[in-house]
Amino acid sequence: MKRIIITISILLSGILSFAQTGSPFIHDPSSIVECDGKYYTFGTGGGGLISEDGWNWHGGAVRPGGGAAPDAIKIGDRYLVIYGTTGGGMGGGHASKIMTMWNKTLDPESPDFAYSEPVMVLESLVDEDFNAIDPGVLIGPDGRMWLTAGTYFGHIRQVEIDPATGRRVEGNEAIDVGRNMEASTMMYRDGWYYLLGTHGTCCDGVNSTYNIVVGRSRNPKGPFIDNVGRSMIQGGGKSVITTEGRLVGPGHFGRYVEEEGVEKMSFHWEADMDRSGRSVLGIRPLLWKDGWPVAGEAFREGTYEIQSVRSGYALELEVDFVRAPGAMRGLGRSSDGQTDVILEEQKLEDVIGTWPEGVIEVRNGYYMARPWQRWTVIPVPEAGGYLGGPYYKILIAGTERALAANGKAEVEAVPQFTGADEQLWRIDQLTDGTFRIMPKAIPGHDEPYALISLGDCSPTLAPFDFKSDNSKWDFKFFSPVE
Amino acid sequence: MTKFVIIRTLITSSMHYFPKLVLTLLLSVFVSFTGSAQKKSAKVDVAEALKGYFTPVTTPSATPDAEGFIRRWMILEPISKPNSTNRVFTDSYTRENLSVEYFPNQLTVIPRDGDKVKVTMEYQPPVDLTARRPVGGGQNEPKFVKATLTWHALDSDHFFVKLFRFATGLDKDRYGVIFWTVTVINCDEDIENVRLSIGSNKAARWWVNGEELLLLAGDRHMGVDSAVSDRITLKKGRNILRGVTMNGPGMSEFCARFIDDHGNPVTNYTITCN
Repeated sequence: MKRIIITISILLSGILSFAQTGSPFIHDPSSIVECDGKYYTFGTGGGGLISEDGWNWHGGAVRPGGGAAPDAIKIGDRYLVIYGTTGGGMGGGHASKIMTMWNKTLDPESPDFAYSEPVMVLESLVDEDFNAIDPGVLIGPDGRMWLTAGTYFGHIRQVEIDPATGRRVEGNEAIDVGRNMEASTMMYRDGWYYLLGTHGTCCDGVNSTYNIVVGRSRNPKGPFIDNVGRSMIQGGGKSVITTEGRLVGPGHFGRYVEEEGVEKMSFHWEADMDRSGRSVLGIRPLLWKDGWPVAGEAFREGTYEIQSVRSGYALELEVDFVRAPGAMRGLGRSSDGQTDVILEEQKLEDVIGTWPEGVIEVRNGYYMARPWQRWTVIPVPEAGGYLGGPYYKILIAGTERALAANGKAEVEAVPQFTGADEQLWRIDQLTDGTFRIMPKAIPGHDEPYALISLGDCSPTLAPFDFKSDNSKWDFKFFSPVE
Repeated sequence: MTKFVIIRTLITSSMHYFPKLVLTLLLSVFVSFTGSAQKKSAKVDVAEALKGYFTPVTTPSATPDAEGFIRRWMILEPISKPNSTNRVFTDSYTRENLSVEYFPNQLTVIPRDGDKVKVTMEYQPPVDLTARRPVGGGQNEPKFVKATLTWHALDSDHFFVKLFRFATGLDKDRYGVIFWTVTVINCDEDIENVRLSIGSNKAARWWVNGEELLLLAGDRHMGVDSAVSDRITLKKGRNILRGVTMNGPGMSEFCARFIDDHGNPVTNYTITCN
């Protein structure tokens, strides 16, 4: 029974950290674009979502033109929105157009909000092996802009767009770069161009088999090859993300780079089984492994060691080391006939009486899985969030003692979690799979400092630097929250 | 004076290490020199004794090295505090035992080379270097002895300060000892948002201008930037950096520097002994 309760608890808590909150209902979302401190994404059928913090989403974004599966990109101080004029015509014709239009802002309340007249950059005829919907765009490192579009009905087709005008580059000839997918888009990183698409079936609720795949090329025009040598035009594709538990059918990849080392991928889940099977916005950390993009996992509540990548030391309370029973045995004796005995791990009640009652400093120390090193990380949904995640409280397991920022821009453990902003923590998985930990606020400070190991034993709050392991942490699972 | 330091040291702290005949010979050699020759000879002896690890200070001031490490220190000969194991160095033990007043004004004194300190400290027998593990320490009723210890002005030959070799070089107790160290940081202007960075083998406490910045507990080893303080301001003029390090058996050493919020060394100051 206890196991059942724990399992249910994990599932319920997972809801908080898996999907966006508010009303994140959308299908075929565009890449997320930031405008004047708010996040926007546009979907099929017109309109889209807005979020003030990147975690709580609601309707209200405005996109005329209807049709399907738009994309959006900021170029200079303007926004280019791209969309297909039809929905794909599964059982009929496949004539459609890809249109682009500009806006000075994405905020429909702004006096500057006004779309330019849409212009066509690509089209499909009624009965050719191409379907001009699902556009995605990339501006490469050389400033050239590429647009891909298409569905299972034929090829994924690529054209070049003039980023100054949003129109097709004059004389550009469309080429075919993929097959057996839809919801394509491109991205660039470290000398590689990536073509992403979605395999599987969409629009079938909890039975949708959508999943996101990728191939790569040194040339923006391909051929894009997957991890086993298949071209995307041969139907290849390396997996980026698939169905996860009660979240079904990820599709329509979009990349959002916050800063070096902090990237997110947006998409939709075809069905969120905890929200009536509706299609919802998904946001995950975007990781890079061996030159390939991989979806990071949603951070799950639990009790963890919080380990500094710099040193391997664990974040801990600055309290006396309490020795556990169990002297060294067996030195030089491979067979002494003794029966194995299971040793008890040290428990909170074994040590908590030695701790001060007030604020306790924190430091990093050798990880011994001891009570002063076990941190329970729990989302605090009512505290809002950031792009892709809620704020968390970080407590010494079994207590309300909370990790907190203080007015000296240092960290400490206060006796009682109160919900104050300095006790709330943002946890971002970085592109290398490690984590950045940042307080929501630091009393008296405006700097966006992160938890840093400036010394092996000395956590502090200081500027984040992805190039330094001082800035990175790992969470080593210890136990579920009880 | 320095000769006197050597003689006093031999007499007061290490007599038990030497056969009386050797000690008599040493004394007769020293007292046969003239005053200046005695000073020169004694200084050479100190330099020789610490060769490879320390050089007696000969210049008015020094600068941190290229990586910001502070190499110029006043170091007091070790105070015996026998511990047969390093397991004892919890936070509480470290704070309690490094809060004891071992000599007057230990948290404020800015000593000069050759200054003497009278202490009462726990006697420990000579170390048996053929033994695999430390012997003694705490099994019997402690026996306390009076001793006069000397401050030495030294430049470390390395980024670290090898306290262990300071002790063995001067033929002092090598294990289960406490080392007091002081240096002066001279700044042309306020330097804000710097952090004291210490690597320490073993337990220690560190202060700048009388404010305790670090307490280092545990059976720890010396690594660069092992422990880093909160942000402080090094004020224009003199800043007193003081540390006390306590070890049981094994090596004892530390390294110290100031770093900024990005971990870069701070080097725009000079270092003097007093």
